[in-house]
Amino acid sequence: MTSDVVFEDRIDAVINRAVTKYEGKKEELIPILSQVNHELGYLPGQALDKLSHNLNIPKSKVYSVASFYEMLSTIPVGKHIIRFCESAPCHVVGGRFVIEALISNLGINPGETSSDGKWTLIATSCLGICGVGPVFIIDDDVYGNITASQVPTILAKYE
Amino acid sequence: MKAVRSMVLVSGDPESIKLGSEKIFMALEEEFIRLGIQDEISLSMISDVDHHDALPLVIVYPEAVIYGPLKETDIPYLVEEHLYKGRIATNLVASSHELTGRIAWLESRKGTLPAETRIVLERAGIINPEDINDYILHDGYQALGKVLTEMTPDQVIDQVLASGLKGRGGAGFPTGQKWRFVSKTISDKKYIVCNADESEPGTFKDRLVLEGDPHSIIEAMAIAAYAVGADEGYVYIRGEYGLAFDRLQLAIDQAEEIGLLGDNIFNSGFNFHLHLHAGAGAYVCGEETALIESIEGKRGEPRSRPPYPTTNGLWGKPTLVNNVETLANIPAIIRFGAEWYHKLGTPSSPGTKTYTILGNVNVTGLIEVPMGITLREVINIYAKGMKGNAKFKMAQTGGSSGSIIPASLQDTPMDFDSFSKAGVSLGSGALLICDDTNCVVDLAKVLLNFFRVESCGKCSPCRIGTQRAYEILDRISLGEGTMEDLDTMVHLADSMYNLSNCGLGQTAGTPIKDILKNFREEVEAHILEGVCPAGVCKIKATTVA
Repeated sequence: MTSDVVFEDRIDAVINRAVTKYEGKKEELIPILSQVNHELGYLPGQALDKLSHNLNIPKSKVYSVASFYEMLSTIPVGKHIIRFCESAPCHVVGGRFVIEALISNLGINPGETSSDGKWTLIATSCLGICGVGPVFIIDDDVYGNITASQVPTILAKYE
Repeated sequence: MKAVRSMVLVSGDPESIKLGSEKIFMALEEEFIRLGIQDEISLSMISDVDHHDALPLVIVYPEAVIYGPLKETDIPYLVEEHLYKGRIATNLVASSHELTGRIAWLESRKGTLPAETRIVLERAGIINPEDINDYILHDGYQALGKVLTEMTPDQVIDQVLASGLKGRGGAGFPTGQKWRFVSKTISDKKYIVCNADESEPGTFKDRLVLEGDPHSIIEAMAIAAYAVGADEGYVYIRGEYGLAFDRLQLAIDQAEEIGLLGDNIFNSGFNFHLHLHAGAGAYVCGEETALIESIEGKRGEPRSRPPYPTTNGLWGKPTLVNNVETLANIPAIIRFGAEWYHKLGTPSSPGTKTYTILGNVNVTGLIEVPMGITLREVINIYAKGMKGNAKFKMAQTGGSSGSIIPASLQDTPMDFDSFSKAGVSLGSGALLICDDTNCVVDLAKVLLNFFRVESCGKCSPCRIGTQRAYEILDRISLGEGTMEDLDTMVHLADSMYNLSNCGLGQTAGTPIKDILKNFREEVEAHILEGVCPAGVCKIKATTVA
């Protein structure tokens, strides 16, 4: 089997699980997309097509929802995702130096994925953990009270 | 950490100055230095004290003791007694009948600072949020029991109206009125929605309620549903709040299991079913009609209003949408009565308010205090002063859609009416406190960047206005702006305010107006002199001849 077919099978399985969990309800499109996105890392075109078919929702509508929400991605992402808060509360306590350190250490700008596919850097709005700003989240790990000099050590923890 | 232990305020209104308050100020300074306590005490003049017979007066925190009328010669004794030995200088204390308005209100709270008054956060951090029995042991579900067995829906609404509770999501609309609107709408089906899409930058009060006391929201929603005639509810939680989602789901399961949710609750014939819906990352979904669209499985684009959700909400049915913090006040109002609640806070804005304290201060975090506290009190008492004793420059209230508050408004009581009279907004209660190492152009640029990213794109004034305003601020921050740009930005801000479909676009221009009103010279320095006075912006060297 080619890797495409394997991926195709995996998409089917993930979609069936998500649709079953939410009983195939059209109004549950967002939680379904969230779960598929979580399991596959992003929402490939084939997944959106299949969801459109399974839920009987026009493709245009599925795509319009998938592309609207920040936590859903329609393009592939790296192995690790860094969500950096660029809102004012983190900015004021030194966030502007932390993002510079992330950019220089990773060699990518916000919105980009490194060429080796290891990192995706996302500048995001407030993450709701402002008491310990500046803040970023790598995958599911939260880092708070970050200074620019800590950035290389934190990044080195990820393979 | 060097933190102040006391705050001393001297009345600095024209009348007090005439009566010698500047001399009193200097005498205080001298005494502090003489006793070597100048670093432990913050000393300021306040201009807004109202008319009193006790002028000039001095207020000492955290005890909130008011001394007056004072003479310069009283000061050595006052400082030595109260600030050095820690005893109240009883013979100098102003008598209550000489005090009016806000100062009298302070007097009435004497001794209660710096203690917080917790209603919304009463149980958060005290009970086990994953155990319904712990909630019940702490008087949980009592209010729901009372409502379902002793009160008619109209009586519940009357009580909420009488309490004077106003919506805590930012707009400050009277909660009881909203309930009455939904209650009066005739329909076979009504919904209640809890807005837990807390996305205002710097705001995390709702998260702590949901994570720490999830049953209080279930109880409040059931009460609200009974009052307005709804039998089904949704909590819309922002996608990033995974723990809050899990805890609330567990709480719902537990409540269903023992019959506090479901059919025929307390044998009253009242049915209430509650669902959770997680967002997927969109600030605009905090707008109630966008939130409703999102629950329906669509893009979170705000609807055109009217019709309002109170008549045409979720699936086109009458829908009551309340913020988490608003709802968390409800059980206590039912248990202790409207009169009790009305005595807290200020007459125009009763109750407490949660504030998230952030920025260049010694202590950040969440507090809950009576409405009407001032920014200076928050900074000096709860935040323990500015970090490194830096100078306070401005505060950004209420997340991105609030206001930039200059130092001159530090003594304005933070309640809906006083802030609205001063032309600023309290918003969600985030207080981002900035010292003078921050640049207003840079801050406004960050805020406009937020709005341009979060604009849903449905209406063009907001979609294009936020982008263009950001581009202009970016130019100014590089030293490439022109004076004409300032007029263009004001024009953009006005257009967004007047023409945008929802609150996001309507408030997006506020930072621009605020910085031009209060910090115009600093903005102009970027353009005319090619310098950023705070040294933050990276001005291109070649741009100024």
